[in-house]
Amino acid sequence: MAADGQWLTFLALILPFLGAAAAPPLVRAFGHNAAWILALVPAFLFYHFAGFLGIIAGGQAVSGGYRWIESLSVDFSWYLDGLSLTFALLISGIGTLIVLYSGGYLKDHPHLGRFFSFILMFMGAMQGLVVADSFLMLFVFWELTSIASFLLIGFDHRREAARRAALQALIVTGAGGLALLAGLLVITLATGANSLSALLQSGDALRQAPLYLTALLLVLGGAFTKSAQFPLHFWLPNAMEAPTPVSAYLHSATMVKAGVYLLMRLNPVMGDTVLWETILPIFGGTTLIVGTLLALRQTDLKLMLAYTTVASLGLLVMLTGFGSEIAIEAAVLYLVAHSMFKGALFMVAGSVDHETGTRDITKLGGIGRAMPITFAAAVLAALSMGGLPPFFGFLAKEEIYAGLGFGSNWSTLVTLVALLGNALMFAIGFAVALKPFTGRFIATPKTAHEGPVLLWLGPVVLALCGLLTAIFSEISHRFISTPMASAVAGESVSVSISVIPHVGLPLLLSLATIGLGIILYLAIDRGRAAMASLLAAIGWGPDRGFDQFVRGAVRISAAITAIVQNGRLDIYMTVTFIFLAAALLVPMIGFGELPEMPAFVAMHFYEATILVIAIIGLAAVVYARDRLTAIVSLGIQGFAVALLFMLLGAPDLSFTQFMVETLSVVILALVMTRLRLSPADHRPLGQKTLDFSVASLCGAALGLLLLRITQVPFDPVLSEFFAANSRVIAHGRNIVNVIIVDFRGLDTLGEIAVVMIAGLAILALVRIRAGRPADKPVKEA
Amino acid sequence: MRTLIFRTTAPYLASLMVLFSIFVLLRGHNEPGGGFIGGLIAASAFAIYGIACGVSPVRRALYFHPTAISGFGLLVSACSGLLSLFEGVPFLTGIWTEINVGVPVDISTVIAFDIGVYLVVVGSITSIALALEEREHA
Repeated sequence: MAADGQWLTFLALILPFLGAAAAPPLVRAFGHNAAWILALVPAFLFYHFAGFLGIIAGGQAVSGGYRWIESLSVDFSWYLDGLSLTFALLISGIGTLIVLYSGGYLKDHPHLGRFFSFILMFMGAMQGLVVADSFLMLFVFWELTSIASFLLIGFDHRREAARRAALQALIVTGAGGLALLAGLLVITLATGANSLSALLQSGDALRQAPLYLTALLLVLGGAFTKSAQFPLHFWLPNAMEAPTPVSAYLHSATMVKAGVYLLMRLNPVMGDTVLWETILPIFGGTTLIVGTLLALRQTDLKLMLAYTTVASLGLLVMLTGFGSEIAIEAAVLYLVAHSMFKGALFMVAGSVDHETGTRDITKLGGIGRAMPITFAAAVLAALSMGGLPPFFGFLAKEEIYAGLGFGSNWSTLVTLVALLGNALMFAIGFAVALKPFTGRFIATPKTAHEGPVLLWLGPVVLALCGLLTAIFSEISHRFISTPMASAVAGESVSVSISVIPHVGLPLLLSLATIGLGIILYLAIDRGRAAMASLLAAIGWGPDRGFDQFVRGAVRISAAITAIVQNGRLDIYMTVTFIFLAAALLVPMIGFGELPEMPAFVAMHFYEATILVIAIIGLAAVVYARDRLTAIVSLGIQGFAVALLFMLLGAPDLSFTQFMVETLSVVILALVMTRLRLSPADHRPLGQKTLDFSVASLCGAALGLLLLRITQVPFDPVLSEFFAANSRVIAHGRNIVNVIIVDFRGLDTLGEIAVVMIAGLAILALVRIRAGRPADKPVKEA
Repeated sequence: MRTLIFRTTAPYLASLMVLFSIFVLLRGHNEPGGGFIGGLIAASAFAIYGIACGVSPVRRALYFHPTAISGFGLLVSACSGLLSLFEGVPFLTGIWTEINVGVPVDISTVIAFDIGVYLVVVGSITSIALALEEREHA
């Protein structure tokens, strides 16, 4: 790729973030019509990435990037092949529609600007995630999508349910992100690759590495949390607390597929092992069945769709892990189909909610006459979801059955699971698309009527895409399905399925699905009642488990805090000093590094006098009757030491010591007068003995350490350097000062920052003592 | 502690100390001294003044809040390091120039850095001392 094209891709990667910054002022200026302007951002992205279709359909991959941190060989690099490109197009294409839809859905919302900001931020993160090449970028963008999702789920932050759902999603997907980070590090350790492109070229290295199992489990931890696999699926339905555009975009079409993306991306290097082909289908299949059964239970349109999303993600994971080439082709087709029909259905559910004031399926009926365009879009999307010709979902389903087959007991089981799951999804899809619009009219809180163009444009376009991509299947296969499936399979494969049904096993299975689906659709109310009573009988679910986990974590940390931080200063001090003494003494004794007895040097008369003064000062501290005397006496010892420094040729040190001693005495005295302690010392004998021992130990340890240090041969390199260069380089004769302000200026900068912050903290503490109440911390719910 | 003698001499003592602290600060590069010691001397000057005459005269005399002085000092130090970026040398590299005010004087970003250190120390210690000297009558 030409060098001048690089910056355009770079621009495409950062543009959403720039858009996020520009969104609030644009909304202030143009109101909800800012959506038309902001939609240009994803539209540009779509246009830019669509430009790569030709190259990538030719079997090439596009990569580019910049060196970011030279010394750590970290790159800001991207890698576009069929898989990333399809994702990029889905994200930007659906993103364009979602931005427009949000403008209609949240019209007149006071925080519309913030909403656009969040959603563009998410778009940038997701876009970065799917095109990232270096592991670091992949991880950073992965976590950014979790954070953006947190902000969007909690968008309506006044409601407790929204806050809880946001936090839950963040904890689950964030924990998964950490597992992924560890997984990527293990992969780097095992193969030496620190980018996806390098990893993809490493062949069997990872599969044969002894760390394969570790890497696999960690990566699956990331993928399964993000893609809501059972039993970690619970955050996704709760995430429906977010405004509907978010549910349509993040929690069905794009973000939750990040886990599937990761699995597909790693399939060429991690797949094709017994573990991979066992774990993935088991988890995926379970998620598929559990998801559809739970969807059956719901009456809320969004929740029904959310659980089918969980189920679809399960289906995708199952297909990715099944291990046959056709299964992978089926996963690719289904992923694309699902993004289109589920995005459309979510937007339809949102429109219905917006126009009628409810999205409870039992309170809706007969509004099709009032909302004909939305109804049409819903039906088109449901036909694709149900897998009927001539829709893209049909292609996907044919390919699923072709890929699974009845070759062995294992594939028979997987096929039956897929059949049951698909039939249930068929029923639920049509329940969402038909029940509210047909049948007897039921009065709703608001009188239903067709929404503005912003509201129906998105679902209509997506639903039509599901039709057009199937009719012109040759084109979509050439540019989308084949390159993507080749990237996932790690070798060149070709997708050729078309809408013309050909008689065979897949078609029979399709017919069986449809037949079973119709039966289930007719019996959906009975099924719901049965599921409700079943769930009531079980009474516990992972969602409850999450609460119990969080409560348990809080309780454990409270218990630990009560032990470690009991709030008594004297205990903190004692512990600190005991550890200080131990840290100094234990290594010295353990490694036999105790100092030798130093030779006694004859002292000058005045030196001896100063030492005696210091000792008198210390004795005065111990025998002082009240605290103030003790503090002042402590100063005597400090001044004596300062004098010694002076005599031994360290005037700077001596000066500082004088001033520090003076100020310590002044400040300690001031503190003492404020604390209103009793002037005398009333500690019991035991306490005094303990304090005495700890103090003596610390003193002895420090003394021994200093003795030991002076006995080690002194390396004069640094002091010679400073002495030689202080005048020459730094224009100063006072070496100490030159070191402080010049040679080691950065240290000093850090230190004065600490001085200042400590000053602020002390000031705050003093103020609290003075009786001015600090702001009470917000009580945790 | 507020004896008449103390109260009368304290302002003179404090001003002398502040003057001395600036002297110590400026000569620091070649003789014993520097921003840290100078700052400590000035802070004790203010503490003594506060003990003798009460906190409000000190606050009036300082004009700025001690915390603001401290923050300004940190800003000065950090910015003095940034100047080196214009020369294309690493952060905090000292840049020297000579000006002539009768006698040639070396000035540099390093002295600005040291003044910043001085201000941080004065501000932080004084703010603590003054807060402690204030009687609890809130």
